[in-house]
Formats: sequence, C-alpha cells, structure tokens
Amino acid sequence: MTVFLVLIVIILFAASVWQMSKIYKLSQIKSEVDSGEVANNKDNRINAKLMLMFVIFLYFISFYCFWYYSRFYLPEASSEHGGKYDTLMFVSIALIMFVQIITQGLLHIFAYKYHGKKGRKALFYADNDKLEFIWTIIPVVVLAGLIIYGLFTWSDIMNFEKDEDALVVELYAQRFNWRARYAGDDNTLGNANVRFIEGANTVGIDASDDDGMDDIVTQELHLPVGRQVVFKLRSQDVLHSAYMPHFRAQMNVVPGMITQFSFTPTVTTEEIRGTEYIQDKMRRIKEIRTTRSKELVAAGDVALDDYDQFDYYLLCNKICGASHYNMQMKIVVETQEEFEAWLKDQKTFKSTLAQQ
Amino acid sequence: MSAHAPAIDHAHEEHGHHHKQTFISTYIFSTDHKMISKQYLITGLIMGFIGISMSLLFRLQLAWPEEKFTIFEMLLGKWAENGVMDPSIYLSLVTIHGTIMVFFVLTAGLSGTFSNLLIPLQIGARDMASGFLNMVSYWLFFLSSVIMVCSLFVESGPAAAGWTIYPPLSALPESIPASGMGMTLWLVSLAIFIASSLLGSLNYIVTVINLRTKGMSMTRLPLTIWAFFVTAIIGVVSFPVLLSAALLLIMDRSFGTSFFLSDIYIGGEVLHNSGGSPVLFEHLFWFLGHPEVYIVLLPALGISSEVIATNARKPIFGYRAMVASILAIAFLSTIVWGHHMFVSGMNPFLGSVFTFTTLLIAIPSAVKAFNYITTLWKGNLQFNPAMLFSIGLVSTFITGGLTGIILGDSTLDINVHDTYFVVAHFHLVMGISALYGLFAGVYHWFPKMFQGRMLNKNLGYVHFWVTAIGSYAIFFPMHFIGMAGLPRRYYTNTAFPYFDDLADVNIMITVAALITGAVQLVFVYNFIHSIFYGKKGPKNPWKSNTLEWTTEHKHIHGNWEGAIPEVYRWSYDYSKLNEDETDYVIAGQDYIPQNIPLQENEEEMNH
Repeated sequence: MTVFLVLIVIILFAASVWQMSKIYKLSQIKSEVDSGEVANNKDNRINAKLMLMFVIFLYFISFYCFWYYSRFYLPEASSEHGGKYDTLMFVSIALIMFVQIITQGLLHIFAYKYHGKKGRKALFYADNDKLEFIWTIIPVVVLAGLIIYGLFTWSDIMNFEKDEDALVVELYAQRFNWRARYAGDDNTLGNANVRFIEGANTVGIDASDDDGMDDIVTQELHLPVGRQVVFKLRSQDVLHSAYMPHFRAQMNVVPGMITQFSFTPTVTTEEIRGTEYIQDKMRRIKEIRTTRSKELVAAGDVALDDYDQFDYYLLCNKICGASHYNMQMKIVVETQEEFEAWLKDQKTFKSTLAQQ
Repeated sequence: MSAHAPAIDHAHEEHGHHHKQTFISTYIFSTDHKMISKQYLITGLIMGFIGISMSLLFRLQLAWPEEKFTIFEMLLGKWAENGVMDPSIYLSLVTIHGTIMVFFVLTAGLSGTFSNLLIPLQIGARDMASGFLNMVSYWLFFLSSVIMVCSLFVESGPAAAGWTIYPPLSALPESIPASGMGMTLWLVSLAIFIASSLLGSLNYIVTVINLRTKGMSMTRLPLTIWAFFVTAIIGVVSFPVLLSAALLLIMDRSFGTSFFLSDIYIGGEVLHNSGGSPVLFEHLFWFLGHPEVYIVLLPALGISSEVIATNARKPIFGYRAMVASILAIAFLSTIVWGHHMFVSGMNPFLGSVFTFTTLLIAIPSAVKAFNYITTLWKGNLQFNPAMLFSIGLVSTFITGGLTGIILGDSTLDINVHDTYFVVAHFHLVMGISALYGLFAGVYHWFPKMFQGRMLNKNLGYVHFWVTAIGSYAIFFPMHFIGMAGLPRRYYTNTAFPYFDDLADVNIMITVAALITGAVQLVFVYNFIHSIFYGKKGPKNPWKSNTLEWTTEHKHIHGNWEGAIPEVYRWSYDYSKLNEDETDYVIAGQDYIPQNIPLQENEEEMNH
C-alpha cells in the first residue's frame, strides 16, 4: 500500500515535471519572437490550460480524501454530547466544501477562460455596490446561523448541570503519566496540593482532610456507562491536555488551577469492540502490524507487540517534554456493576498510607 | 508634502556632490530603502532555507520513525547518534521551524522587504521618513537572526517548548534541558526582533502619512501601501504585548517571580512559586500571536491585489471594499485571540465571545476572495509567474480560510484542537498563502530591485506549478489525519497501534514535502543567477501604473533624478476606455500611469 501510494505520488510529480520541461523547451523555441521574460501569448495559453488541470486536480484530491480517508474518521461518538458535536461538524464541513468547490471552480475557470490574448480587451469594471452588498450579506447570514447553532451546542457542553448521581473524577497529570482519583464513598474529593506529595502519596492528597481518606487513585480510567462524569483536572508540573477523541472531549490541565469538563459515556468498551467500524479498523491494523513484524523479524529485530483489542484512550495533547508523545491512559467504559466491582478492588488512600 | 519636495531635492544634489559612497555605506550600513529591502529579502531567504530544511528533517522522522538516516547524524550530530533522531531535538526542530518561518521569514522577510522597497517608491518619496532608523531596524533584525541561529548550537539544545513557548515548560530547565540556555537565547533574540519590528513599523506609518507626493491622497494609494500601512499599525499595537510576555517570562526564569508559575512539583521537589497562571501567558502571547497571522498575511494580500490587477489588465474590483476589508480584518484581528484558548480552562462564556468575533472575521475575508475572483472575470490575464503565485494565493487563502470556520467554532475546536487539522489549516492559510505572496512580490519587483534584470519566467513556471501541486498534496490530506484524532507535536505515532493505519498518509505527505522542498532550489538558482545574468527588461516590464516604474533602472539615492512625479489618478486605470468607447484613453495603450494628468477624452472617476 505504502509503496503504491508513494509510486502514485512520484508518477504524478514526474508527469508534471515532464510537462514543465516540455513547456520550457517549447517556449525556448518560441523565443525568436522575443518577449523577454514577460509572458507572451503562448505562455498565457499553456498556463491557462494548467489552471484548468489544476482545479481538476484539486477536485480529485478532495474527492479522493473524502472517499478513501473516511475510514480514518473517528467512530461515532461514545458520549451523549458527541452526537451533537458530530452533527455540527457534518453540517459545517458540508457547507465549507460547497463553498470550496464553487469558489475554486470560479477562480480557476475564470483564469482559464480569460487568459491573455493579443487584441483581447479587458473590461474596465471597477465597482458594483450591489454585488459587494450581496457577498457581504450572504456570509453574514450563513455565519450568523453557524454561530448561533455552534454557541447553543457549546453552552450545552460547557455549562453543564451536575446530576445528583454524577461521578466526580480527578484527572491528575504528571510528566509523562496520568492518574485518576475517585472520590470514594462520600463522593467528595479530598483537598490536594503538590506540597503534600510525599512517598506513596503521589498525587498530593491532604492527609489531614477526612474527605480524602476514602479517595482512590488508579492508573486506569474506568467509567460507568450512562452516568454523567465530572472531571476535575489538575497538573503537578507543566501544561498538559486531556484529550479523549472518542468522547469528543478535551480540556487543558493547568498547574495552579483546577479545570473541568463533563460528559456522559454512552457506549461501553465491549460494545464498541463489537461494531463493524472498529472490527474493520482492527483487521487493517493487524495486517499492517503482521507485515511489519515479519520484516522486523527477518531483519533480526523483535516483532511488534500484539494489538488485538481496541481500548478507548486518553492522550496528552499539549507539548510537555521529551516523552510527550507517549503520555496516555487506558479508558474502560463498563456497566455500573462492573465498575463498582473494579473500584472495590482498588486501594483507598487510607490503606495506601497504612501500608507505608 | 509638496513643500518638502524641493528642499529634499536640494539636499540630494548637495549630497551627490560632496560625499563619495563607500562600499560600507552602500552595501552594509546603507540608509537607502532599496538597499535595506534587499538586505531584508536576502536575510529572510537564508532564514527561510534553514526553516524549511528543518521541516524536511522532521517530516522524514514522521514518515519513517524506525529508520536510521545518515543525514540526521550529519546535521544534528550528538542529537542523532547512529542516525536515530532524539525526541528532544524533534521538539526543538518543530519549535525553531515555527519561530523562524513566522517571524524571520514571513514577518521580516515579507513585510520588511516590500514595505521598504515599495512604500517610498509607490507613494513618491525620496526615502523613508528616517533612513537611519530604517538602517537600525534592519541591523537589529540581523542581530536577532544571528542570535537565533547561534541558539541552534547550544549544548543543552535550542528552545523546544513549541513556538508558543508556553510556561511552565519554557520556564523550567528541569522539565527539558532546552529551556535553559536555548530558551534564554530565544527570548533575547525575539526581544531584539520586536525592537526591530517596532522601529520599522513606526517608520512605515510616518512615511505613509507624511511623505506622499502631491496628488497622492489616501484613496489613490495602491492596495500594497494600504496593506503595509495597516500591517504596521497592527504591529505597533500588538508586538509590545509580546515583549511584555517575554519580559515577565524572563523574570520568572531568572529572578524567582511567579507571574506564570504556581504549585509545581518537578524533579522531586516543590518549587516556591505560587499564585501565577500559565493562562495569563497564553492571553498575552496570543494577543500578539493572532494579529501576527494578519501581520504575515495582509502584506501578501496587498501584493497579490496589485499583481492581479496589473496582470489582469483590469482595475482591482471594489477598491473601497478592499480597503474597508483590510481595516475590518485589522480591527477584528486584535479581538479574536481567545480562539486559540477555547480549551485552556478559561471561562466558557469568553469562549462564546471569541467564537462570535472569530467568525465575524470570515466576512471581510470572504469579500476579499470574491473581489479577487471578480477581478479575473473578463480580464486579459497575463500569466507571468507573479500572477500565478497570486492566483495560487487566493486559492490557498480560500481553502485554509474555510477550515478556519471549523476551528473558530468553539464547539468543533474541542476535538480537533492541537491535532494535525490545525497544522493543515494554518499552513495553508498563512504559511503557504504568505509564501506565495512573497514569491509573487519577488517575481514582480525583481527588476526594480536588481536594476532591470528579470527572473527567468520558465523556471518561474516550473517553480510555481510543482509548488502548487506539492503544497496541496502535503496539506490537504493532513486535515484527515487530524480528524482521525492524531495530535500534533508527537515525535512518533508508533506508541499508538491505533494510529498505525495513518502511516501511509504520513509517508505520502513527506514525499510530497521533499519534492516541494527540492523545487525551491530552482527558485534559489533562478534568483542568484538572475541577479548577475538576468535579461534586462524595459523600464516598465509589466506595463504597470504605479510610480515605482517611472524610476530609472539604475538605483540612485532619492529615487527620481529630477522632481518627484505628481499624481493625478488612482493606480488602477487599466483598460479604461475614452468617452466614445472607441479606444483606450491613451490610444493603443491599455494602462495610464498615475503620473499622467487627466485626459480630455476621459471621464473622471472619484479617485
């Protein structure tokens, strides 16, 4: 596949370079009628044709990308607000592609149609208030629609109301790790600050705060399906960003302040693994990795790790140092019962302190 | 204005008689705007060479993360032992590439070059208001370039916190060694750069306001001058804020203050800092950072307006709307910075406000795009290389601008923020567009810079078409890996098997980038070769209306041998017909230079 793509690109470029050299030669012969380095009739004609070819290329590459690369899109959102996000995205992309196709077409086709010719007279056309008004007012109306639509969605997502049974989780970022802190039985996170970090107390929970005693710090993020989660984000060193693409969620993590984000997961890990989309994707990746592993083994290297099961993940999306590219955490979405069972197996802050 | 002219004329004559220009005063410490513009251009091109080469290096790494490249070891030395690139030098390359391209190439190289060359020539002035400040401005720029290049050789590595240098990463050498000496030099270099930019901008503003020749009212200015003028104003408004951010950062780094730092545990200990906020830095940075986009772009749009009108043999459509949209963009550009910070943790209400202002900026941009397209309509288009680059600019400006509608929407930004979608967007809309503007300017005004010698057009065609195809091949597919959720600034994606199927796209992009990079060498060759051996063209090769083409090939101090030309009309009287509509106003000539008085057989316009 790789080779194929590279080949196509090289061939396309070679073809265009070859065309160029032809133009170059042709215009060399023509230079008996010397126009110096100013474009003459022939240059205008050739470049006009290239303009036409260029807009076809542009349409082709757009079509190709939307058709072939659509398999890279993220699967349908696994969160409640994600559906709205996807609709807004679809509407916006449809709109901009419509404008893109029309304007690029006009630009290049005019360039082709009105290319310079000896004897052609350009139209002295300096102003038209009506036209200016039309193409000011159309963007105004369309954008007003988009802005209002976007702002309602934004407000729904960001100005969330906390449900009574909402799960409060702290996402704690340190270079180059993520931790999750659950509030425990009292559903209240204990006070915390980097100044309390010591020994096993790696996220700096205030040991004098009773609320913190039943807090649970984990390396994986488990979320019960269908229940609102309110994330409180805290960083111990530099800026990070908690990016959960499958849930259409992202929020920066800022040392010195607590930021927040909230969503309700709607699809469990089990369910999404079963979807056709993910199975197709896993099959493709498996093929790629098998081929790659064979090459590696043949070269005397170790084969790649298996990647058999899809898991949601949380990525760091704000440059934070040398290993930024590998700062991630696994997310598991499961039923309320599974979630409770898992949480029960985790250590509370109190027992962590006791073991020390 | 007119009162000045004779006095300067007189001074010029005396000057000619009594001072011999030495090599140093002509080529090095010159106060002549034409020489200074060449200095800016050549320094900018050299920095551009460095910046683009860096991008090719990290593209190689992204396409083939597991391969070893000897070229890495040759160029990066200890940062790429055995040809394997170190993750920290990857971040440095990304950072310095961004810094160099945005500030040194597209700000100084583009606006510095053409503001200097064109402002005095097109408004009919002998030189800038202050030739000396102009010289100081260039040499400060040179100094800051030298410091930036020196920072590449620091032992702990050049700055690596991204070109946005967000603290605490950029403030704490404990987090990355590059935030030590490398970042210090970065800040010093930028501080000097800002001083240079301010001196330049003030000079441009004063010159445009005060030194216009007789008859050159503001509404008769070519759009290039409008663009440079407004750009300079935005620069003066916003660059000082970046300086303040840099100064506060220097204090946090060296003097123990806590403007941007609070509650930090790093390297096994808690820092004393408390109460600062990195978000404050983001506000200060983007208060410059966003107008900076337009500082880069407006001159390019000004250049393309002039080039498109000249080569379409038509007046630019909607001159007043073009000026109004430049002003609107300039004003709006200073109140949209928050759209870089939708998910920074700032109040969601602010996010709403910035979404509103951001999407508003699409309106004047759309007006500009439509006016360009209408200018082409029923024209007599002369496809000189400069014209091709200008049309290319309109094309990438539209493509990149449209994806801005996605990113400017706070909701949609949530999931594509800091992904490759953003990279694709801003490279097309400001990177490639502004570079096209730079190239258009060089092809168009090369004869004015180098005594009538012209760039080879055929090499220009090759340069344009390969670059045009290449840039779309690089950046169009990049939107899609962004929508797949691939974060930018990742050294490699191999840590995520989930992204394995994107490897092909990355390889394709890199191949396109290498080819596009290579074809720039054609331009370099053409440029250097034509300086010495380029064919000499006529005095006004593009049959243009603006005043710079009324000067002689040979550069003289003071630009015009005799009196400064007077101006009687706007600069867009192309293909204007006489009253009976039987022929052009001047029979057989489809253009009327600005210094030609109103003809009897001609209808007067309101310019």
